Amino acid sequence: MSLMALREQLNGLVNSMFLEGLLDDQFEQLQMLQDESSPGFIAELITLFCGDSERILAELTKLLDQAVVDYQKVDAFVHQLKGSSSSVGAQHVKLACVQFRQFCEEHNKEGCLCALNVVKHEYYLLRGKFDTMLQLEQRIQAYESKQQI
Amino acid sequence: MAVDAEAQFHVLAVDDSLMDRKLIERLLKTSSFQVTTVDSGSKALEVLGLKEDQTSTPALSPEHNEIEVNLVITDYCMPGMTGYDLLKKIKESSSLKDIPVVIMSSENVPSRINRCLEEGAEEFFLKPVQLSDMRRLRPHILKGKHKEQQLHQEENSNTNHIIISSSNNNNMSNKRKAMDEEVLSERTRLRFSSSSLNVI
Repeated sequence: MSLMALREQLNGLVNSMFLEGLLDDQFEQLQMLQDESSPGFIAELITLFCGDSERILAELTKLLDQAVVDYQKVDAFVHQLKGSSSSVGAQHVKLACVQFRQFCEEHNKEGCLCALNVVKHEYYLLRGKFDTMLQLEQRIQAYESKQQI
Repeated sequence: MAVDAEAQFHVLAVDDSLMDRKLIERLLKTSSFQVTTVDSGSKALEVLGLKEDQTSTPALSPEHNEIEVNLVITDYCMPGMTGYDLLKKIKESSSLKDIPVVIMSSENVPSRINRCLEEGAEEFFLKPVQLSDMRRLRPHILKGKHKEQQLHQEENSNTNHIIISSSNNNNMSNKRKAMDEEVLSERTRLRFSSSSLNVI
């Protein structure tokens, strides 16, 4: 695929993510922060976000599987996830976390289990698109560095 | 790239989240600051040359401090020492109290914001912190520097009567600039001191 076609694909993907609300203004901020001096900035942040998120989702699954749920611990993890999704511009994940914290506050186990499923759904949906995004970015950057030689 | 004629200021950023440390580092570097990041309040105190149980740095002259920090920006919610605790320690330290401190938080809690401002924080940023927020840092650093300069100039003019007129002029322009910057930071501080405490 030509460099131009790759760029078009990447732009199309990112734009659709903005339109669908998967990404918010914060992601635009990240795009502004990435430049020739830090070409891997977004990739690094996304990778950290995915690592954090999956670790947290695993912990949450365990905590909500207990007969007696420790809501303080659950809330602490959801707060963390809300923070990192907010930092990376993951709007739907962030909103799902806000809902989740409501159920936590009410000590509503059913609500929490439901909310956890929503967060997982939103996260994995986003993760798939992030994977594609990073692959495209890698290919584009490889092309561009070849051109410079 | 044009050569930056302004002095490079050094910011110490404190946050327990690796993601947020990466983000704040990039924001600060993009805004031409030198950056050191640490993941806890206690590490921050180490960098500043203060052990947790000390109230002032060991008796060394300022030139001997390994790292000069011009501003501290810290997350509020951290395990162990919170950003508020760190702020208190800095303001209680005779050697560090003039270093401007900015607090960051993901939550807009008016009582929290007030507590920090009352304890001497210059500003309170809501996360996620943005590039535009970085512009609000320099005035706080410069305000502190002008205070230092004025102190030195006052000391000098006390001992050197002949140069009084020129040093007075300097004092006037410094005061005007310091006032302008105070007005600027007053305006931004008002964002968080109205009763509704809504971030505009």
